[in-house]
Amino acid sequence: MNCQKSGAISCSREQLMSFLYGMQRIRRAEERIGELVASREVRTPCHLSIGQEAIPVGVCAALNEDDTVWGGHRSHGHYLAKGGDLNAMMAEIFGKATGCARGRGGSMHLVAPAQGIFGTVPLVAATIPLAVGAALSGKLRGTHQVAVAFFGDGATDEGHFHESLNLAALYRLPVLFVCENNLYSTHLTLKERRVKDNIVESAALHGLAGVTVDGNDVTAVYQAAQQAVHLARIGEGPTLLECRTYRWRGHVGPAADLEVGADRRRELDEWQRHDPIAQCRALLCTRGVSSDSVDSVAAKVREEIEAAVRFARQSPDPDESELLQHVYAVRRGC
Amino acid sequence: MRILTYAQAIREAHAQLLAEDPRVFLIGQGVRNPWYAGTSLQDLDKEFGRDRVIDSPVSENATTGAAIGAAITGMRPILFHPRMDFMLLAADPIMNQAANWSYLFAGQVAVPVVIRAVINRGGEQGAQHSQALQALFAHVPGLKVVMPATPYDAKGLLIAAVRDGNPVLYLDDRWLYESEGDVPEGLYEVPIGSAAVRRSGKDVTIVATSYMAAEAVKAAETLAQRGIDVELIDLRTIKPWDRDLVYSSVGKTGRLVIADAAWMSGGIAADIAAAVAGDIFHALKAPIARVCLPDVPAPTSAALERAYYVGADDIVANVEKVLL
Repeated sequence: MNCQKSGAISCSREQLMSFLYGMQRIRRAEERIGELVASREVRTPCHLSIGQEAIPVGVCAALNEDDTVWGGHRSHGHYLAKGGDLNAMMAEIFGKATGCARGRGGSMHLVAPAQGIFGTVPLVAATIPLAVGAALSGKLRGTHQVAVAFFGDGATDEGHFHESLNLAALYRLPVLFVCENNLYSTHLTLKERRVKDNIVESAALHGLAGVTVDGNDVTAVYQAAQQAVHLARIGEGPTLLECRTYRWRGHVGPAADLEVGADRRRELDEWQRHDPIAQCRALLCTRGVSSDSVDSVAAKVREEIEAAVRFARQSPDPDESELLQHVYAVRRGC
Repeated sequence: MRILTYAQAIREAHAQLLAEDPRVFLIGQGVRNPWYAGTSLQDLDKEFGRDRVIDSPVSENATTGAAIGAAITGMRPILFHPRMDFMLLAADPIMNQAANWSYLFAGQVAVPVVIRAVINRGGEQGAQHSQALQALFAHVPGLKVVMPATPYDAKGLLIAAVRDGNPVLYLDDRWLYESEGDVPEGLYEVPIGSAAVRRSGKDVTIVATSYMAAEAVKAAETLAQRGIDVELIDLRTIKPWDRDLVYSSVGKTGRLVIADAAWMSGGIAADIAAAVAGDIFHALKAPIARVCLPDVPAPTSAALERAYYVGADDIVANVEKVLL
C-alpha cells in the first residue's frame, strides 16, 4: 500500500489539540453509547466507529461551515466532527423529542442542516449519489461549496458508488468521496468480497483523482482532505480518498465481534497499537505540550458526554400527535 | 386559447419553468433525443444550455440520487426516465430516500424533486418497456403521483409538481402524445390532488386514469347513444387521489367503474374500490367494476398486445354490467 505520508509537520499545536479534542469527543461519546446499548437503556441499533475517529476529524477540519457532508449508518463521528450538536445527537439516540430528528431517526439517521449535515441514512452507499447532487447543486448555483460523501468499504461493492464516481468525474463536480476502509463489511472481510484490495483504483478507472492515506493518522487525513477540497473548490473535480483504518467494535453494538474473520484478534491487537488518539497525544508531547494539558482534554470531553446523557434522559418523548406530521413538506411560496 | 398536443404542452411547461426559475434543471437519459422523449423535450438543450439540460449516462441510481441531493440543497430538478421500467433501477433513491427524508428528519429537510417517467405501452416493446407502475409508487408515504390525460393537465400538473416542494412522480403516457387540446400560454397550475369531471351524468360514475380517461370519453359517447348517462372523472392525481369528488359522484350515481391501464392486483383501482366500499357502501346500488390489465407481463406480439390492452370497449362492457 502506497500511503501518503503524515502531515504532522505542517500542523500547529493548536490544530493538533483541536484534532485530539475532536477525536476524544467521538471516542468517549461512542464508548458511552456502547455502555447504554449494553445496559439496554438505548435500543436503537448503534454502529460505533471507535478506532476510526481520525477520518471525520481530519476531513471536516478541511471544510467550511457551508460545505455539506453525507453519511451512513456509522456516522456519529461525521455528525460531531462537522459541528452537529452533541446533546441533540444523544437525545436522538434515546428517541427523544429534543433529538436532532425529533426521535424519528435514532442513531442511524442524524441531521443538522445548519451545519451542512443534510442527513445520514443506513442504506449502504445511498448518500453517495446525493452528495454528487449537492455538488451539482453548488456548481449550478456557483457557490463553490464542496460536498463530502462518507462511506465504508462495503459501499464500494454497490453500483451507486461506481455510477456516482463516473458522474462526478464526467461533470467535474466538487465532491470528495471518503472511503473509510475498515476492512469489513458487517462480518465479511475485504478478501471475502473482492479479488483484489484495490478500492482506490476505482478512481483511475472512472477518471478522477485517487489517494490512499493512513486513516489513523489525523494529520495525514487532514492534509489529503485539504488538497482534495482545494481541487474541488477551484473546479478541478472530485477525489476518491481511501482512508485505511480498522473498526475496533463489531458491525453493530458494543461487542468486538471476535468470532468474525480468521484474523480478527490479531488484527485488532495490531490496529489498537496504531490508535489514532494515542498517536496524536504522542505527537503533542513531542511538540512540548504537557501531559496535564493533554489529559485535560479527556476530562473535559467526559463531562460534556455525561451532560449530554443527562440531557437525553431528562428530555421528553415525542408526543403521539407528531406521528402523522411531516410526511410531506408544507409548500412555502413557489 | 391555443391548441397544443400533449407532448408540446409538456415541452412548454419545461421551457417556461426553466426560464422562470434558475433552480430548475433537467437531467436524465435521452433528454436530447426524440427517440426517448418524443417532442416533449425538443431542443431544450439548445435554448437553455447543456449545463441545465443534462443528457446523462444510463446510471439511474446516480442520476436519481443526484437529483435528490440537488433538491435537498436548494435546486428544483426535473428528472427524466424515458421508460418507467428503467426507473426501477432507482428504487432506492426514490422509495428509500426521496420519500422518507421529510418525515425522517422531522421536516427539516425537503426534497422538491420531480421524477418524470414515460409509460411507453404497445408497439411490440414487451414486458420491460411497457409497464405502468403507478400503484407501486403510490403505495409509499412521502411520494405524490400525478398522471395527466390532457394537454392542459400535462402542462399545469408539471408546473404544480415543480412548485410543490415534495417528491412528485409525473407519469406521462406515449399513447397520449399526439392528442390535442386547449392550453393557456402562460404559467398555470393544475392542483395536485384534484380530479376533474369530464362529463356530468346520473347513471354511473367512471373514474379513469391517464390514457384510460381518454378512452372513457369515447366510451361515454357510445354509452350516451345507448341512453346511458355517464359521469366521467379523470383522476389526474393518483396519490393523494380526490376522495371528495369521487365520493360525491358515486353518492349521486350509485354505480362505479374504475378504469386504470395497469395490473389489477394491488392496483390503484383496488384502492379506490376498497375506499368507496368501506366509506360509502350505503350509496352503492351495484358491485364496483374494475377495468385493468390482466395480471401478466406485457406481451410483445401485436396479436397478444391486442388481447392484453384495455380500452373504450372494455369500459362500455363494464358499465353495462354494473347497470344490469
